[in-house]
Amino acid sequence: MNSVHIVSAFDGDLKSIADQLGAMGGHAERMVEQAVAALVNSDAALARKVVEDDAFLDIAEREIGDKAILLIAKRQPLAADLREVIGAIRISADLERVGDLGKNVAKRTVAISGTSQPLSLFRGIEALAELALTQLKDVLDVYASRAVERLGYMRNRDDQIDAMYTSLFRQLLTYMMEDQRNIAPCTHLLFCAKNIERIGDHATNIAETIYYVLTGLQMPSERPKDDKTHAVMVGTARKD
Amino acid sequence: MHLAPGRYLGAATMLSQRLRERMGLLIAAISAVMIVAAGAGKWPLLTIGLAVSVVLVAALAPSPPAGEAIASPGAASELPGPDHLSAAAFAAELDDPIIFFDRSGFVLHANRAAVDAFGAMRPGLSLLLRFRAPDMRAFIEQLIAGESPAPIDFHERLPVERLFRLSAAAIGQGKDLLVLVFRDNSEARRIDRMRADFIANASHELRTPLASVAGFIDTLRGAAKDDPKARDQFLEIMQSQTGRMARLIDDLLSLSRLEMKPRVDASSSVDVADIVQNVVDTLTPLAKENGVSIEIQSDEVQAVIAGDKDELFQVFENLVENACKYGRTGERVVIQIVEGKSGPQPEVDVTVTDFGPGIPAEHIPRITERFYRVDPGSSRAQKGTGLGLAIVKHILTRHGGRLTVKSEPGQGSSFTASLPRSNASPTAG
Repeated sequence: MNSVHIVSAFDGDLKSIADQLGAMGGHAERMVEQAVAALVNSDAALARKVVEDDAFLDIAEREIGDKAILLIAKRQPLAADLREVIGAIRISADLERVGDLGKNVAKRTVAISGTSQPLSLFRGIEALAELALTQLKDVLDVYASRAVERLGYMRNRDDQIDAMYTSLFRQLLTYMMEDQRNIAPCTHLLFCAKNIERIGDHATNIAETIYYVLTGLQMPSERPKDDKTHAVMVGTARKD
Repeated sequence: MHLAPGRYLGAATMLSQRLRERMGLLIAAISAVMIVAAGAGKWPLLTIGLAVSVVLVAALAPSPPAGEAIASPGAASELPGPDHLSAAAFAAELDDPIIFFDRSGFVLHANRAAVDAFGAMRPGLSLLLRFRAPDMRAFIEQLIAGESPAPIDFHERLPVERLFRLSAAAIGQGKDLLVLVFRDNSEARRIDRMRADFIANASHELRTPLASVAGFIDTLRGAAKDDPKARDQFLEIMQSQTGRMARLIDDLLSLSRLEMKPRVDASSSVDVADIVQNVVDTLTPLAKENGVSIEIQSDEVQAVIAGDKDELFQVFENLVENACKYGRTGERVVIQIVEGKSGPQPEVDVTVTDFGPGIPAEHIPRITERFYRVDPGSSRAQKGTGLGLAIVKHILTRHGGRLTVKSEPGQGSSFTASLPRSNASPTAG
């Protein structure tokens, strides 16, 4: 019954990689959440904590890379197993980037903590972050549940994130043109918004990787844009 | 264990059989968890659960050996013997999310409340991947390692904010099964938040009209004391300002109330077409005032959904009212009720279209934010509070629905509410 032992060790290796990826995901989600909370409440202490938290993701990404290489060398996985391992490498890279972007938002929070900006800007950034975090949460939930049918819906939300970012961009630009003293803090806020928008892109990347891992196929390319009118959606689809 | 779901399933089925076999022990164990939890806080529901489980355990204790049961089949069939009770059936009746899992961290069974709260939980789902928050992972990892960690708070922010107090225990022979019990504390948390939010928003938004009223009072007592013409004019402005403050407070209260209840009662179902008809009947006078005619186009779609009648009424009231006010120049408003095809499940789409000036593209993503105004002047003239669409978004999110906004400047705007359809027939009333 040697083969059973070999397979279960193999399964253990795969599970350990997936587990660590889950830990990275949870950590990245919390970092972004806290970075945005720190920004909105101008909480410099929380922002500094977020900056320190990033080290965990860097280490975890390297460890997942090492484990994956070791697993490929030792077990020579094929088909679904191989996709699982390669997928883990890619997803961990995306999550590490998400952490970097969260860290950058936190750093900028410290930089602008002395100034006060209009409430509506922070509401906008909060709403943008809510969209990006929902995207990230749904993607990581699919990684757990393996419910590949829920992935198609995510592209729509990426479009919403882009639209929201564009709108914030214009608003910030208006503030800067109104009064040049706004330029420094608004530039920081602009980068914060851009970072959050990028987090949404990484979530979409992860969605594509998961689709590939689960099906062996590339995610169907961009659906046709329906028309020239501008559209946006809010709210989330019910989970079931 | 390998990560392919098919392979989990075999193991999970086997484990859930074991779960069923040990149901007696499980029930006793659940009651133990409940006693701990009930002791830790005020948990009226659990006290009931405790009473039920104690009764069940009592019923189980004198259960005769199998041989005896065969000897007197009549007696056995009259009593609901242990074979007919399962931990799953027991957990299904509780309103608190409960999840059973094994020492590898794989879900064996999640009760209905858990599925409602956290989405589908098929057996074999890795708990550590689903609950990824660092403190949550630490809690589960300690459990798996055989420790008994102190209860923690679990905070889920999306899609609707919820806060749970989480306790856990190892159960079964050899303690190789684990159970997580979530106690929903969201309401207490939301009341706190509501207070803070209400104060922040109200103080910010009420300041302007209040300052204007105070200014006019000063003028009326001073310079304009004996000028009847100016007095009339000032009193009129003051009346419109106090009216605005009253509307603001109404809307803020309604939004805060909505935020207190995160989910709607899924058991009541309503017909969207009826609600839309009611809304149109109510708003006909307003439409006439604005010189707008309202048409309903419905293609006999089955429009029954699970939801709250009053809340959905508010959704369509706000949408149609906006269309009448801001799309006045288009002179008509069209409401379409059709089968939705854009989402992942069967839906009803209700689209309210106006043919007014439309909304510039840069504003569309943000119009559901509180107090966001496309054109502050026109919004004030229309007695808008800046909260109407925020309320719409909130109610739709609670119903698992979405709002889609499309607009082309000069052509008009359309607001589509997509709501997941239920198969039930509407409940009376």
